[in-house]
Amino acid sequence: MAILQVRNVSKRFGGLQALNDVNLSVEEGTVHAIIGPNGAGKSTLLNCFVGRLIPDTGTVMFDGKSLLGIKPHEINQIGVSRVFQTPEIFGDLSLLENVMIPTFAHRDGAFKVNWWNRADRESDIQDHAEEILQEIGLYEKRHEIADAMSRGDKRRLEMAMCLSQDPKLLLLDEPTAGMSRADTNATIDLLKRLGETRGLTKVIIEHDMHVVFSLASYISVLAQGTVIAGNTPELIKGDPKVKEAYLGTEAE
Amino acid sequence: MFGLNRSDTLLLIFVALLTMLAPFFLNPFPEGSSLAQFNGGYPDLMQRFVIFGIFAIGFNILFGLTGYLSFGHAAFLGIGSYAAIWMMKLLTMNVIPAIILSVIVAGVFSLFVGYISLRRSGIYFSILTLAFAQMSYALAYSVLTPITGGETGLQPKLSDPRILDTMLGGGGDATRANLFGLEMGKSWQMDWNGWVFTFNTGYYVAAVVMLIAFYLSIRIFRSPFGLMLRAIKTNQNRLNYTGVNTKPYTLAAFVISGMYAGLAGGLLVAMDTQVGPERMFWTASGEVVLMTILGGVGTLIGPVLGAGLIKYMENILSKINEGLLETWFAFMPDTAGDVVVTVLALFTGKGWHLTLGLIFMLVVVFLPGGLVGGLVQGGRRMFRSRDGKATRETKSNQTPPTSTPAE
Ligand SMILES: Nc1ncnc2c1ncn2[C@@H]1O[C@H](COP(=O)(O)OP(=O)(O)OP(=O)(O)O)[C@@H](O)[C@H]1O
Ligand SMILES: [Mg+2]
Repeated sequence: MAILQVRNVSKRFGGLQALNDVNLSVEEGTVHAIIGPNGAGKSTLLNCFVGRLIPDTGTVMFDGKSLLGIKPHEINQIGVSRVFQTPEIFGDLSLLENVMIPTFAHRDGAFKVNWWNRADRESDIQDHAEEILQEIGLYEKRHEIADAMSRGDKRRLEMAMCLSQDPKLLLLDEPTAGMSRADTNATIDLLKRLGETRGLTKVIIEHDMHVVFSLASYISVLAQGTVIAGNTPELIKGDPKVKEAYLGTEAE
Repeated sequence: MFGLNRSDTLLLIFVALLTMLAPFFLNPFPEGSSLAQFNGGYPDLMQRFVIFGIFAIGFNILFGLTGYLSFGHAAFLGIGSYAAIWMMKLLTMNVIPAIILSVIVAGVFSLFVGYISLRRSGIYFSILTLAFAQMSYALAYSVLTPITGGETGLQPKLSDPRILDTMLGGGGDATRANLFGLEMGKSWQMDWNGWVFTFNTGYYVAAVVMLIAFYLSIRIFRSPFGLMLRAIKTNQNRLNYTGVNTKPYTLAAFVISGMYAGLAGGLLVAMDTQVGPERMFWTASGEVVLMTILGGVGTLIGPVLGAGLIKYMENILSKINEGLLETWFAFMPDTAGDVVVTVLALFTGKGWHLTLGLIFMLVVVFLPGGLVGGLVQGGRRMFRSRDGKATRETKSNQTPPTSTPAE
């Protein structure tokens, strides 16, 4: 069953057609990769899923509900979490606090004035956050300030923040950009493991083909706002249109 | 203790001792000595210390935690004062109902102002709050004269109804604020070898209220709610994509800080039963910003210290006039003495704002964390130089400084 259905989505920025009649469906429990050259509209498409942008035309359905016209926090509350292309974290706070916040949001909903309890005495939240940090390999650094982390650690932190909410759909915008080879491989392993243990659906944007082919069960190729191909990794590899899209930009 | 961790408990006890013993250490100089004018331990000033402390503590819940800088908080202070005085006029000179009403009225008004101002952030938010405060000031000054007494303001009169007091046939002076008969203005003095210490009922009432307000602010700072507010300050965007509706959080913080301001306004009236529109003037709104920044934005005790420092300078420094300076420097040769007096006169008396400005600049430039930030940093540096090696070695397994707001 398709958990995410994108129908005829178009988005224009002034004279630029960033998305042009995009159709996608993401099957539950799969890893759906979106690849394409720089400026193809990949991030713009994700923005349309999380309420950052509203497409000019088309529909986006998640789990039978429309994602258009509802607020970002509402989209998250129904089970969609996103890792951004440039890490969006709480830079002044400790790693532990960074993960506790989404955990609170998951447990308490979009708004709750819980002002009498002590955050560090909410042991279920604390334990859960520590568990996630353990899983992602940041536990030792849990008391450090997020801004002081390396770019790769920031990404992993953001992933931990999303995972702490146990989402149904995880959107990852270039999760391994800025990571070392070793960290990239660790991330691949982590994302694979998550697929098995949580049955999580993932949409991943990635330039690193090693990551794409290690994870994806389906690949959509976006070029200049249009989906030019969508198929299993094996078939995408041999597709001449895909080669052309990439070679075309590399030649520039 | 009190559901606080060790360092917060110690801080609370420290502040409690500070306020309870203030009449002693604010009067370090014997009566009649030449330095006696630097004594800050007289009721009027001590009351101001704790009341403006409350104002700044509340302001810090908004500004320190969420980062939203309001330039209109004096409006809530003023509204609280007007509410309190009307309670006194109509119902009773007992301060409790007056203070309760001032908190409620300020809360409702801040809900309205916050709801509109929080549609914007950054400088636009600040300007909106400033606009509301100046409108309130203008209204109190002119159109609303029947309710506010216009330029002259309000104070209790013998002819006021005071329904409850009349019903109970209250004794004593009918127009003096009291707490169940205990007069706010009552003081008794202790003489000790030339030192005079004054203990004032009003001060102790205000100090106890301040301690409660301080305790509640610690609870807020350490709570999940406080954590969300700090998250708003660092990355509001992320918080929205994390499933948190940030609007009601900022509004809640705004209303809480408005209620603190109302409480301070009510207490001002409880101590000195009068109010005028100048209490809402924009300079009063700016003052609480200065207090908070001077003491340390986002720290627990900073705003209280900032409030104390500014109120001390306002009241003590401003009393030093040219005549006084001349007597101090009379020992100097004529021309040199004149020069010194002329220069110092710029910074004292009416020119005390100049000193404040200088101190403010120095703090902002050299101590970005305010006075408290500076103290914490200094303390940490001392600690490190003393046993630097040991701390470096155990760094990985001790609990390092987290982002938790400092003392
Ligand atoms: N908010 C915006 N306003 C105007 N133009 C935009 C906006 N967001 C994106 N664009 C433009 O739309 C196009 C697609 O951008 P997008 O970020 O989606 O590309 P991308 O496929 O994610 O590229 P990359 O691989 O470099 O991240 C680009 O030309 C970009 O400049
Ligand atoms: Mg992108």
